[in-house]
Amino acid sequence: MIKVENLTKRYAGQTAIQDLNFEVGKGEIMGFLGPNGAGKSTTMRILSSFMPPTSGRATIAGFDIFEQSLQARAQLGYMPENVPLYGDMRVNEYLEYRAALKSVPHRRIAERVGDVKELCGLKEVEKKLIGALSKGYRQRVGLADALVHEPALLILDEPTSGLDPNQIRQVRELIKNLGKQHTILLSTHILPEVEMTCSRVIIINRGRIEACDTPENLLGQIRTAGGISLEAQVGPDNGAEELKKVAGVRDVTTTTDGEWSVFALRVESGADVRAEVFRLATQRHWTVRELSQRKATLEDVFVEITHPDAR
Amino acid sequence: MRKFFVLLSREVRSYFYSPIAYIVLVFFLLVSGADFYFQLSFMNQRPVPYSVQEAFFNSVFFWFAFVLIFPLITMRLFAEEFRLGTIEPLMTAPVRDWQVVLSKFFGALIFYIILWLPTLLYFAIFQAITHQPAANSGGAYLGAYLMLLLLGMFYLSVGCLASVLTKNQIIAAIISFCVITLLFFLGLVSFILLDVSSSTRQLLGYFSAIEQMGTLSRGEIDTRPMVLYLSMTIVMLVLTHQAFQSRKWRL
Repeated sequence: MIKVENLTKRYAGQTAIQDLNFEVGKGEIMGFLGPNGAGKSTTMRILSSFMPPTSGRATIAGFDIFEQSLQARAQLGYMPENVPLYGDMRVNEYLEYRAALKSVPHRRIAERVGDVKELCGLKEVEKKLIGALSKGYRQRVGLADALVHEPALLILDEPTSGLDPNQIRQVRELIKNLGKQHTILLSTHILPEVEMTCSRVIIINRGRIEACDTPENLLGQIRTAGGISLEAQVGPDNGAEELKKVAGVRDVTTTTDGEWSVFALRVESGADVRAEVFRLATQRHWTVRELSQRKATLEDVFVEITHPDAR
Repeated sequence: MRKFFVLLSREVRSYFYSPIAYIVLVFFLLVSGADFYFQLSFMNQRPVPYSVQEAFFNSVFFWFAFVLIFPLITMRLFAEEFRLGTIEPLMTAPVRDWQVVLSKFFGALIFYIILWLPTLLYFAIFQAITHQPAANSGGAYLGAYLMLLLLGMFYLSVGCLASVLTKNQIIAAIISFCVITLLFFLGLVSFILLDVSSSTRQLLGYFSAIEQMGTLSRGEIDTRPMVLYLSMTIVMLVLTHQAFQSRKWRL
């Protein structure tokens, strides 16, 4: 559905994205992750034909975004970051205008606008001025606009930014459902969202793709697959030294909580050393009040890949 | 073509979403109404060699209001879209650049025509009350309103160009006001500099909106201003289109 080859964009003296190559297949929900300023919005703006790339090419549903921009744009529902809207139009008016602009046949406009209002929960504000809507509703108007012409592909730039937790959950459900009929490329920096909704993830940093895989594979690849937390009274022992001897433990950091020592163990990928740690503790007569495993999250992947100190 | 009309209808409606439209309408009706009233009272005092209609279209009042309205009508056209960021959803929809440029120009032109419609009533009321013709011939109306349309198109296209150059409406208004005023005063030079040669005077006369209006509002339909203003409008719209496209390369 999307094919990107050697896409590069330079602003005056500054490279925003460099040699991006990726593909998004039909029906996929692709998550686009990266720190602020990594080039996510730039890539999405190029894909939506809002700005041209400096070099490289991209196609949407087989249409070149530069040579056949109009056909490519017709396949696309794009929701820009911060959702700019005409504040002086009413929700109904705006959606009808956008539907007509995107070539929805005249007799189907009412039906389509009704459908997207239903889908995005806009029924109760349909007669309100967009300028008077809350951030959450504006976001939903933007999403309804992106959906109104039933595009094959949705490009959503931070669809959940500025929403409260309930709204985020609603939008996430909505995106998941949309993924059944549409191909979706969405950017975000809220990681649990990606883990829950996306079938594949691209991590981009400083304009380059650092990783592109399913969330599960990415978790498997990172060097530290989560960690183990142990809270115990170790008496005269040097707990950290003892724990480091356990096979599979990469390193141990110690903090104290009153009389208790709190050990955070970083372990090798795929290793589960809890049983070993328990054996060690009983052998040395430590008093244990907690032994737990923390699964690696996409956050760990993200930090490991994008944080310069983690390398 | 359908997309052009969808865009055009939004442009026209958008004037009436904001208070600017009503303020401009009221301001314009007040000034043109005052113009009409003063011309009539002047004519009541002594005989004059021209008609009410000619007097109305050639007064200082009329030109004062005329030059002021263009920056007000055009300043928001592109500048507002750039500032609000709504240019992004607009240009990522499958529309062509020229469709957007022309819809904005014709939207402004339609609002401009709406602005002028009530002035037709002045003459109708005058005739109904005095039972005298307001103009010497039907052609005089045609000429005057044709001149309004032509000059309006040109000045509106100048305003479009000013608006596409910036995302600040005030700057757009100042640019178009300065350019329109300078163009307008070019036609006044021959009245001010009395010692210029007759050929210079004649040349400047071709560009003088005041002289052209004098001719056309008498009912003499001169094709020279038509060609001048139509071609200048096209030049300005082509420049607007170019400047609008260049936004992509300036990002």
